[in-house]
Amino acid sequence: MEPVLSLLCGILAAAAIFLMLSGNLIRFIFGLVIATNAVNLIIFISGGIVVTRPPLIPEGELTPILPVANALPQALILTAIVIGFALLSFVFILFYRTYERLGTVETEAMRVSEPENLYDDPHVANDPPSGSHSSGETP
Amino acid sequence: MNWLLITPMVLPFATAGLTLGLKNQVRRQEQAALFGALAHTLAAFVLLVTIHTRGILVMQVGNWPAPFGITLAADHLSAIMTLVTAILGLAGVIYARSDIRPSMLANGFHPLMQILIGGVCGAFIAGDLFNLYVWFEVMLMASFGLLVLGQEKTQLDGGVKYVMLNLFSTLLFITGIGLLYGMTGTLNMADLHQAVRAVPDKGLLMAVSAIFMTAFGIKAGLFPLFFWLPVSYHTPPATVSAILAGLLTKVGVYALIRMFTLVFIFDTAWTHGILLVSAILTMVIGVLGAAAGTDFRRILSFHIISQVGYMVLGLALFTPLALTGAIFYLMHHMIVKANLFLISGAAQKAGGSFALADLGDLYKKRGWLSALFFIPAFSLAGFPPLSGFWAKMLIIKASLESQAWGSAAAAVVVGLLTVYSMTKIWGEAFWKPTPANARGLSDEAAAAPLDMALLVPIASLAAITVLIGLMPGPFIALAERAAFELTHPEIYVRAVLGPLP
Repeated sequence: MEPVLSLLCGILAAAAIFLMLSGNLIRFIFGLVIATNAVNLIIFISGGIVVTRPPLIPEGELTPILPVANALPQALILTAIVIGFALLSFVFILFYRTYERLGTVETEAMRVSEPENLYDDPHVANDPPSGSHSSGETP
Repeated sequence: MNWLLITPMVLPFATAGLTLGLKNQVRRQEQAALFGALAHTLAAFVLLVTIHTRGILVMQVGNWPAPFGITLAADHLSAIMTLVTAILGLAGVIYARSDIRPSMLANGFHPLMQILIGGVCGAFIAGDLFNLYVWFEVMLMASFGLLVLGQEKTQLDGGVKYVMLNLFSTLLFITGIGLLYGMTGTLNMADLHQAVRAVPDKGLLMAVSAIFMTAFGIKAGLFPLFFWLPVSYHTPPATVSAILAGLLTKVGVYALIRMFTLVFIFDTAWTHGILLVSAILTMVIGVLGAAAGTDFRRILSFHIISQVGYMVLGLALFTPLALTGAIFYLMHHMIVKANLFLISGAAQKAGGSFALADLGDLYKKRGWLSALFFIPAFSLAGFPPLSGFWAKMLIIKASLESQAWGSAAAAVVVGLLTVYSMTKIWGEAFWKPTPANARGLSDEAAAAPLDMALLVPIASLAAITVLIGLMPGPFIALAERAAFELTHPEIYVRAVLGPLP
């Protein structure tokens, strides 16, 4: 089971990185979702999935008698999922606001904070650093 | 249970809750934040004094014994970082009175900033990798919010790139945590110190250490992972820039120092060799970016990168003296760098712009501000007798002692180039006559006196810089103690896990 799941992790990670690098905010979000799941799966696998018995201690005992599943990775994943959700919703809002304000979802066209004429000699052409540069902007 | 340990972490969250409750009363909110920041600074100071006299403080949350429960632990390094964080938080709260617009206050500036500071302090006392991850997330969420608060176009653009790369870094971080857990079966840092020795396959462990190095390297702004920093740090208001610049990359450096002195020390020739090369490149590339800059805050942003190189160089050399240098550098740099960003904000208020082309005459118009700029700027460049001189001297001396001639030469040359870019700001913003076509302020606005809320934190931080510079002895001694604990990890391990068998 573990080799199959490990392979799945690899495929998910590759797909996620492909999407994240494609220069489009929407695709980045999809990449992020897939990457988060790939990472959660990695934690799950590295905790070991040999034993499928729930980690319950019988009444009157102090330790489990039979080998039980490792509960810690699942707790970690649960936390990671919750945090991932919060981050994802923030990213959705941020990207939507950015789209509203800048009018583009292409990262190549987003050059407001680092304009292309940044290192031109300011004494020669004293153009406003931003605003003159709205090639990616659509109404 | 050791309540003193968690006070500097709990107080900012309490303040955050309080300021959130006072959302519609802006003045009250400011007072609450100021009070909280004062209490926080006091608590952090008491923590440092206690640790200095009584040794490492440890708290097992819920009284679960060490490798099973959540461990919080603070040694000298944690306490020093917490205190500097608290000082910067206090300076930021005062500065915000004049710098932050009421609309941003109403949108939750103060709660976000307190959560950020709480997250940073939490990261410093986390004794457990997963706990560290959670604090990183807390800190990141708050920094995302602060960075785009105000929603200027540049902020959103910079914010998107900041968020993308930092999210990727946290994904790497948690992947590393998962893999390390799979190999060792523990996430407690002290326990990991012993557990990694038992891992048979050192090659796999090396791969995991590389994942951690990349994740923290993105946070710290190491070459070639720093690109999120210069695109975003010059976009928010000056207070936010200063707090982010002073704190966030340094948490990355802290995490690197913690992991690569306590856990990943099985093959230092290889791991610390990578760090060494990366540190030198970071120093050089960062300062070249600064030398090419045309915007006050972009130059300062590139300086952060270059200075992070010095700190990581101290870690990479991995001798007690080098680590002393790295920790002293952290103390000096956080204060100086935050102060420079605060000054850039004051210069913007006085001259109407952050662009060097639009500034001028500040020396003639604002003599005091110029003097206050001079102190941190030339401290950063490493002029004696300011704090940066001692920091650079320790690092260079450590390089020479380890016979790392290349890194010593790089440290000296980068220092000179730092002077060049600082004189560039000095010449452009403070000396040159205001250009005729500058998009600055009207004459009346430019003549108005600067708010005391701007000058008090700047002057106080400058005073600390001068203090460290004039009597570096106690500060170096403190850094030495911290470095001693780092080079003897068994002290930390014993404090967390109890006496070893």
